[in-house]
Amino acid sequence: MRTARSRHIVSGGMIGLTYVAAALATLPLLLILLHLVRKGASSLSLDFFTRMPQPVGEMGGGMANAIVGTLVLIGIASLIGLPVGIGAGLYLAEKRSTKLAHIVRFLSDVLNGLPSIVVGIFAWEFLVKPVGHFSALAGGIALGTMMIPLVTRTTEEMLKVVPNSLREAALALGYQRWRTSLSIVLRTAMAGIATGALVAVARIAGETAPLLFTAFGNQFWSLSPGQPIAALPLQIFTYAVSPYDEWHRLAWAGALVLIAMVLVISILARVATRSRFGAPVD
Amino acid sequence: MLQSTEVIPSKPSRVVTPTVQVRALASTLPLDDIKPCIETRELTALFDNTAAVKNVTMTVPQRAVTAIIGPSGCGKSTLLRCFNRMHETVPGARVEGFVAVLGTSIYGDGTSPIAVRRHVGMVFQRPTPFPTMSIRNNVLAGLRVDSRLRESRENVDGIVEEALQRAGLWAEVKDRLNESAMALSGGQQQRLCIARALATRPRVILLDEPTASLDPLSTQKVEELVYELRNTVSVVIVTHNMQQAARVSDRTAFLLAGELVELTSTRELFTAPADERTEAYITGRFG
Repeated sequence: MRTARSRHIVSGGMIGLTYVAAALATLPLLLILLHLVRKGASSLSLDFFTRMPQPVGEMGGGMANAIVGTLVLIGIASLIGLPVGIGAGLYLAEKRSTKLAHIVRFLSDVLNGLPSIVVGIFAWEFLVKPVGHFSALAGGIALGTMMIPLVTRTTEEMLKVVPNSLREAALALGYQRWRTSLSIVLRTAMAGIATGALVAVARIAGETAPLLFTAFGNQFWSLSPGQPIAALPLQIFTYAVSPYDEWHRLAWAGALVLIAMVLVISILARVATRSRFGAPVD
Repeated sequence: MLQSTEVIPSKPSRVVTPTVQVRALASTLPLDDIKPCIETRELTALFDNTAAVKNVTMTVPQRAVTAIIGPSGCGKSTLLRCFNRMHETVPGARVEGFVAVLGTSIYGDGTSPIAVRRHVGMVFQRPTPFPTMSIRNNVLAGLRVDSRLRESRENVDGIVEEALQRAGLWAEVKDRLNESAMALSGGQQQRLCIARALATRPRVILLDEPTASLDPLSTQKVEELVYELRNTVSVVIVTHNMQQAARVSDRTAFLLAGELVELTSTRELFTAPADERTEAYITGRFG
């Protein structure tokens, strides 16, 4: 028999270990943020957001085109990823145990685990090679493909939380099945689905690999979906591997802006969840 | 106000000593002359190949409250869900036999379950207000899926008020019709669901243990409401609470293991049951 005292000591030690683990889990993020702020903040100025990249040798310049390019790519990706993902999630939640649902769920998980570079090669093969040049559209589609499984699974999870009694109540009132799914079930889970969508956007915003041979990057201003487009992660990559100090400086600033964007989206997602998830706990 | 119910301890004697007192019948309608509201013939409801309701033949009169009682798992809810074709919404569930509502077969060829459900209201065990809708929109939900609302758009406020009045909720919510239905208490939510079911002016309303998740005070309000409703609509109420059946219903059906044992006037069922099994159940010897 161990004494009460020794049990208290072991318990205290174990609790201490969990604190250490929790600290280690957050440490990388804190270190990265700290380092980025130290290296990048000094290069951040209004110019960075409003001006175009300058040729080698000239000081200053910004990443206006890359910031806007990233937003354009996120927009194209959302146009593809959100409708397909939400639709597939709705299917999985409403036809939970059909054979097709099991297959879709499994394939969606496989797609989720697919290395992003593979998605990029796929987009290149079918969207870049036949056309003969890189394009924002190809990059957006590659990112959208990566969004689909993320949105599908979060949508399904959110819809599963909607109590079945609500579906029954709607059916008993004479709602058709499709109408029950759309105007009762989906609407009840909307806040949660919006959160999932934002998390997926945050996740793809920083992707570089699928853009390397699709969106490609662009030193000039372009909003055309048919042309190569600049993107923050690509610009950071290009500048970081260059031999110029000025470009290194801008790469750090770009990394800081990118992580700030992701952080803001994540915070928005948290706020959206907290504000109103209407479904009662049943 | 309804009379309170005294519980008399049961004795295992051949003389029936019901555990519930039956209120005096206030209805002036001669029950046997009424044209049936729901009629079933050899109704069997199955889950996959297991029958939950077996060969039930019964009639439910109009403008009266009919209670379905029986021990847990006897198929009372399943039977109720056959009356508005909700049973078949469960995967693997199907119905055999004949059911007519107000003389129209609801399982006939070409009869759409959607149309049936728009004419037969239903309220469930747990309150199910739609969380994204205001109180007002909840009341109108059933009308909005139907085209009938469009014809009477100018009178929407009247419909809302009438339905909430009939559900006894108007006074409590009239100043906050645009607030979320989730802000209401459980009992109010349940009466809102009754209002929502009444708004489409159904001829029949099915209540599936409507007070099972409510506190005693809310239960009393819902019971009073059910008692009032029988003047304007036919009510079928499933309950596991015999006292409740005795308090609110005109006729009571006793269901056991999916079979209809007895269906007669509530007074008779609780004071002079024809079947031994009914007697055993109402005197508390099983169930």
